[in-house]
Amino acid sequence: MSLATQPVPTADKEMLISGCAAIAQALRLASIDVVTAYPIRPYDTVMQAVAKLIANGELDAEYIVACSEHDQFEIVKHASAVGARVFCGSSGVGWMYAMEAIAVTPALRLPMLALVGNRALDDPGAFGCEHNDALCVRDLGWLLTWVDTAQEALDTALIAYRVAEDPRIFLPCAIGADGAFLTHSEALVKVPSQEKVDQFLPKYDRGDKLLHPDNPITVAPQVNEDWVMEIRKQNDGAMRRAPGVIQEAYADFHRIFGRQGGNPFVEEYMADDADVILLGQGTLSMPVKVGVRKLREQGHKVGFVRLKWFRPFPTQEVQDALRGAKAVGVIDRDYSFGSPNYGAVLYNEVRSALYDLPQRPHVISFICGLGGREVTLDSVTEMSEILLKAAKTGRMDQPNYWIGVRG
Amino acid sequence: MATELSMLPTQVLAPFKGVKKVTIEEYFTSGHRTCQGCESALVMKLMAKAAGPRTIILGSTGCMYVANTTYYSTSWVVPWMHTQLGASGSAAVGTAAGLKALMRKGRIKQEPINVIAFCGDGGGADMGLSSISAALTYPEYNFLILMYDNESYANTDIQLSGMTPYGANTTFSPPGKARRLLHKRWKKNVAGMLAAGHPECRFVATVDASYPLEMMNRVRKALSIGGPTFIHSLDPCPKGWDYDPIQSHDLGELAVETGVWPLFEVEDGVLRFYGKSKAIAQGRKRKPVREYLLRQGRFAHFIEEDIEYFQTKIDQMWERWLLPGIAPFRLADDIKKALARSETEIESTA
Repeated sequence: MSLATQPVPTADKEMLISGCAAIAQALRLASIDVVTAYPIRPYDTVMQAVAKLIANGELDAEYIVACSEHDQFEIVKHASAVGARVFCGSSGVGWMYAMEAIAVTPALRLPMLALVGNRALDDPGAFGCEHNDALCVRDLGWLLTWVDTAQEALDTALIAYRVAEDPRIFLPCAIGADGAFLTHSEALVKVPSQEKVDQFLPKYDRGDKLLHPDNPITVAPQVNEDWVMEIRKQNDGAMRRAPGVIQEAYADFHRIFGRQGGNPFVEEYMADDADVILLGQGTLSMPVKVGVRKLREQGHKVGFVRLKWFRPFPTQEVQDALRGAKAVGVIDRDYSFGSPNYGAVLYNEVRSALYDLPQRPHVISFICGLGGREVTLDSVTEMSEILLKAAKTGRMDQPNYWIGVRG
Repeated sequence: MATELSMLPTQVLAPFKGVKKVTIEEYFTSGHRTCQGCESALVMKLMAKAAGPRTIILGSTGCMYVANTTYYSTSWVVPWMHTQLGASGSAAVGTAAGLKALMRKGRIKQEPINVIAFCGDGGGADMGLSSISAALTYPEYNFLILMYDNESYANTDIQLSGMTPYGANTTFSPPGKARRLLHKRWKKNVAGMLAAGHPECRFVATVDASYPLEMMNRVRKALSIGGPTFIHSLDPCPKGWDYDPIQSHDLGELAVETGVWPLFEVEDGVLRFYGKSKAIAQGRKRKPVREYLLRQGRFAHFIEEDIEYFQTKIDQMWERWLLPGIAPFRLADDIKKALARSETEIESTA
């Protein structure tokens, strides 16, 4: 049965839906006001689901099919300025086409929510998952989170609105969802009732920043060297407040919905007593967890840590999760050409976060699963063996490895 | 399908009947840093005055952003927000859509609020054309997009845009020893293109602030009629066109009198020329373009041949185009005959 023909759930219910359809359910529950669509695989299945919700009267929003990604993001940016709760998204080069609008949104303090259905930045042609698209906003003032399951996608969309629209924050938030692996894979998802969502998510209130004839402000004037540094610092302040607001939101979410307990920033899997730990984001957690379990059965003390929020980067939590390990392998579905140690993006972030520990584990960069290539059990074994060897010998042969690649 | 359109009401802005009837209040006031003789600043002032206080204005990057919104001394009395260079169309759509959703859901008071997005010729005719074209196809949102055309990227140092006249001297097209004319593109026909290309758009007009009452009344009509609308304003620019600032108004008038700038409006599918352009369309003699060109330093390197070429192009527009200023083609003879026949038939049946 298609999503569109299913009745609107009035109480908690389970639906067999994809990650994108789960986010569409969150948008319905969040009662968004303006949404803009433009086609690019794989994020756009969320807009197909939204379109059906609109057509069937299950979601009351201005639904605008834009004429480019740049239009898409500019339209919701301006709708957000007049007080509308907004949603948009993109993938790969589409996300890059919108980058001008994406770059200016944080300084405008507009809490836009965007889905990035992670996709390689082709050319050469590739629809598959790669994280470099979403990672382009890492220095721009966006909140950035990665989800692993359809359930987490729905939950995180609601949490993201709550955090982004908090007047202490007022920053845009991007949700990274692995293209195909999450955007298109169906799973059983608990869809909460409207009553519970209303209890969790207050209305978006822009306060004295609202653009309206009753509040005739000038938004984004020319400030130049006189003020831009102070404004950057204010944005930094908002980002520094975000961890606390995220923790509050998860605590409330857990209290109201009974899910998303534990640490909001990292998920630890058999990591407590591990000698070596693999760390990664998104759906690679499935093969890695299976691989870790198998290695544990063979007596190897391997663990896994999944990073849930990339911005703000949970430095303390990552330190706490990794401090006992002898070697850490960071699995990146992205790459940073010419970066320190020719490592990938997450690797260098994690390595930097560990720098101040009195006893630092070895950190190795694993470049894996680019362009949608699967992260296989064999890859997990290979990466674990490299880490185990480093842990045993106390030295690394090399700081980075391309895993599962020819030539 | 049209019956399914859910439109919000617009403000009823009757035309000002004479200069003395124009309201006193200003919504674009002191605080800006535009050049002496800046016609675009006048366009902003008249546009805001015509629209009145219940208005939100979005301004894309350009002179009228950078010069008008110095922090702590904004010249805007009405709410104003910057939008990106190519985003005036999207800014209008987003703002109108946000207001509409919030009014429908009872989150803000239901009232007609004018939405105006402006852009320069670079932001509108070059980079933002796709966004404006898209915007004009959303029939359920009320807004005006106004393009102030000073015929160059005047904010960044007078670089040529797709709207810079043939042959003009700009910092990207300086005359030199080997090449007298670096810029040989003919200016885009934006208002005509948008009117012809967006059949559901109810109002497209060209204006010239040398005729302020006519200009303001077209802004008022554009905001009252409902749906997306577009106005293209030709703005003499002392810095970019290189003339004494005292001559801005004269040049605005000369642009019309020489036929370089036709004033017209397309309202609900009816084309009307107005002002002096109406008389020209009805056969009044145009002033030679030489009078217009030679008063501007940007054409100082022109030789006789260039002036003649320019005059020929303007003559062609008025004498050979299907619709001067709008449709730059003629009908093939057989089609012309067939159309004339069917028109006679229609008249005889009537």
